[in-house]
Amino acid sequence: MATRAIQTKPTPGRFGPYGGRYVPETLMAALEQLEREYEKARRDKKFRDEFQRLLKEYAGRPTPLFFARRLTQHLGGAKIYLKREDLLHTGAHKINNCLGQALLAQRMSKHRIIAETGAGQHGVASATVCALFGFQCVVYMGVEDMRRQELNVFRMRLLGAEVRGVDSGSRTLKDAINEAMRDWVTNVRTTHYLLGSVLGAHPYPTMVRDFHSVIGHEARAQILKAEGRLPTAIIACVGGGSNAIGIFHEFISDKKVRLIGVEAGGRGTGLGDHAARFRGGLPGVLQGTYSYVLQDAHGQIAATHSISAGLDYPSIGPEHAALADAKRAEYVAASDQETLDACTLLARTEGIIPALESSHAVAECVKRAPAMKKSDILVVNISGRGDKDMGILRENLKIG
Amino acid sequence: MNHIKRTIAAENHPRLNFRRTPGLVVYLTCGDPDLTTTREIILAAIKAGADVIELGVPFSDPVADGPVIQRASERALKNGTSLQDVLKLAQEIRGQSDAGLIIFSYFNPILRMGMERFCAAAAEAGADGVLITDMVVEEAGEYRRCMDSHGLAPIFLAAPTSTDQRLRSIAQASRGFIYAVSRTGITGQQKQLAGDARELVQRIRKYTKLPVAVGFGISNPEQFRQVGEFADAAVIGSAIVHTIEQNPGRGPQAVAELIGSLRKGGSKAANSPR
Repeated sequence: MATRAIQTKPTPGRFGPYGGRYVPETLMAALEQLEREYEKARRDKKFRDEFQRLLKEYAGRPTPLFFARRLTQHLGGAKIYLKREDLLHTGAHKINNCLGQALLAQRMSKHRIIAETGAGQHGVASATVCALFGFQCVVYMGVEDMRRQELNVFRMRLLGAEVRGVDSGSRTLKDAINEAMRDWVTNVRTTHYLLGSVLGAHPYPTMVRDFHSVIGHEARAQILKAEGRLPTAIIACVGGGSNAIGIFHEFISDKKVRLIGVEAGGRGTGLGDHAARFRGGLPGVLQGTYSYVLQDAHGQIAATHSISAGLDYPSIGPEHAALADAKRAEYVAASDQETLDACTLLARTEGIIPALESSHAVAECVKRAPAMKKSDILVVNISGRGDKDMGILRENLKIG
Repeated sequence: MNHIKRTIAAENHPRLNFRRTPGLVVYLTCGDPDLTTTREIILAAIKAGADVIELGVPFSDPVADGPVIQRASERALKNGTSLQDVLKLAQEIRGQSDAGLIIFSYFNPILRMGMERFCAAAAEAGADGVLITDMVVEEAGEYRRCMDSHGLAPIFLAAPTSTDQRLRSIAQASRGFIYAVSRTGITGQQKQLAGDARELVQRIRKYTKLPVAVGFGISNPEQFRQVGEFADAAVIGSAIVHTIEQNPGRGPQAVAELIGSLRKGGSKAANSPR
């Protein structure tokens, strides 16, 4: 397969009109340094080898591509495969990016790491790599998310990280990013901001995507081995969109493979009741990048809602915005209720409890698979495991 | 050198010329506590000795701001204050004063209004310049063209972390004056002025004859005096917003007193006429 890598961006940091760098001037030198250092590192065999070694020996890659036989039978349509990122160390795909950025921070001699977290998965992965590398770690987390994900807060603290609650705005992921950016502006000379998704100013959306592209790289080889052909469609949930772009990227030039991102449909279609940026969002600038943003008529950022803390974000990675405009990927939404149902279904048909984020992808699979042919193949990215969501699941599911 | 520098500035944007040494730029968040009070405070500030007013547009996600301005933004947004309101306020002030007026905003509210529509409205309102907190020179192509065609001054931030190469681009792109950020960090008061500021202003001067204003963390007469030793103007922001927060019902008076104390303790007499 010679035709693999594809350029989706004409200029560095731009995906069509989206992306770019919209930050206070104080951060520009650090972003330029990070871009330079990343460009050097990705060409450096030593860096790539070390990254691959950590992915394999520490994170547990490659993750399996598992044929979901009972779910397939239950839905009665397309063959369903699950990409098992939930089996990675720390329980989600987030560790891929954290290992890559920790190696970069080491090269830049920045031994203080800050991170934001929504569901807590990126915070846990950040705390984990900081322990591994001997870095100081501060994680910003909205107090509302701390309540929703208290087990992950404890995990981060157990790993030696300091978790700082953010009590402003909606007290969720967006506000945690604001606070992390404020810390970074202040301590930029000694601190690396380990941003957890394909968001923010260039080079983050490109760099974070590259660190996660291993997901699609593996999935492609695995499905070719299992089926001898590419899948009909790939489904992934989209908050910022890192797991989705990680699995999509390898398939962008395979025009016949449909790429489907699933946003948080929340509890309704009104502004503030969901986090579906392609259903009511408009292009705008939030936290360093130009992309679709849920906002009001005056350009103020809207409140969002989702049952899953990790998808509860008013903007989306700029590359997704470009893929949507180009109609190369399609974006749909799953409601809170559909998500809970899908989570339960996967638990009972396959013995796999997906994270509530990943359950959005499962929900789309549930809607779509029955109408597809038995010869069709669906790959669903199970980006994380549901252990962290037991509290919310118990509150919302009437079981026993 | 000084008078050449100021002559150039005066030719382009006369109201952004600092008549005193040091000049005083006052930032406040419009709509905190309400737009009527903001207008009274601005008029009182000008009367007490402010040369330029930065009319802050409240934003839901002010990443460059410390807790004082965050709280003010929240209060202003609760009142429903919008960019349109701020432009209307600018027009009212312009009807009563010749002070320099800068629209100070994050990018998204301006994007939402539309760059061309915004620039036309800002010029129509009698504003002299615009400062967008999260706009860097690399992304400023359309913005600069628009500003230029409406005779408005785009004011860019320069930071202690900015490389010389960046300072050169910032100097080339800026009109009116350059806003030097005194330290890495968010807005807010601090006890001591960092040594960063003096060095930064010296570095900026290598690339421009425009006036340089220093901001972030200046709150007392001593700091104001210090800034006057090496810069053309000082920006007082959080200290003003804090004063407004602490003095409900007597904002205009309290702000005038603060400015009075800065001017009394901080300025040398305005000796050199220009």
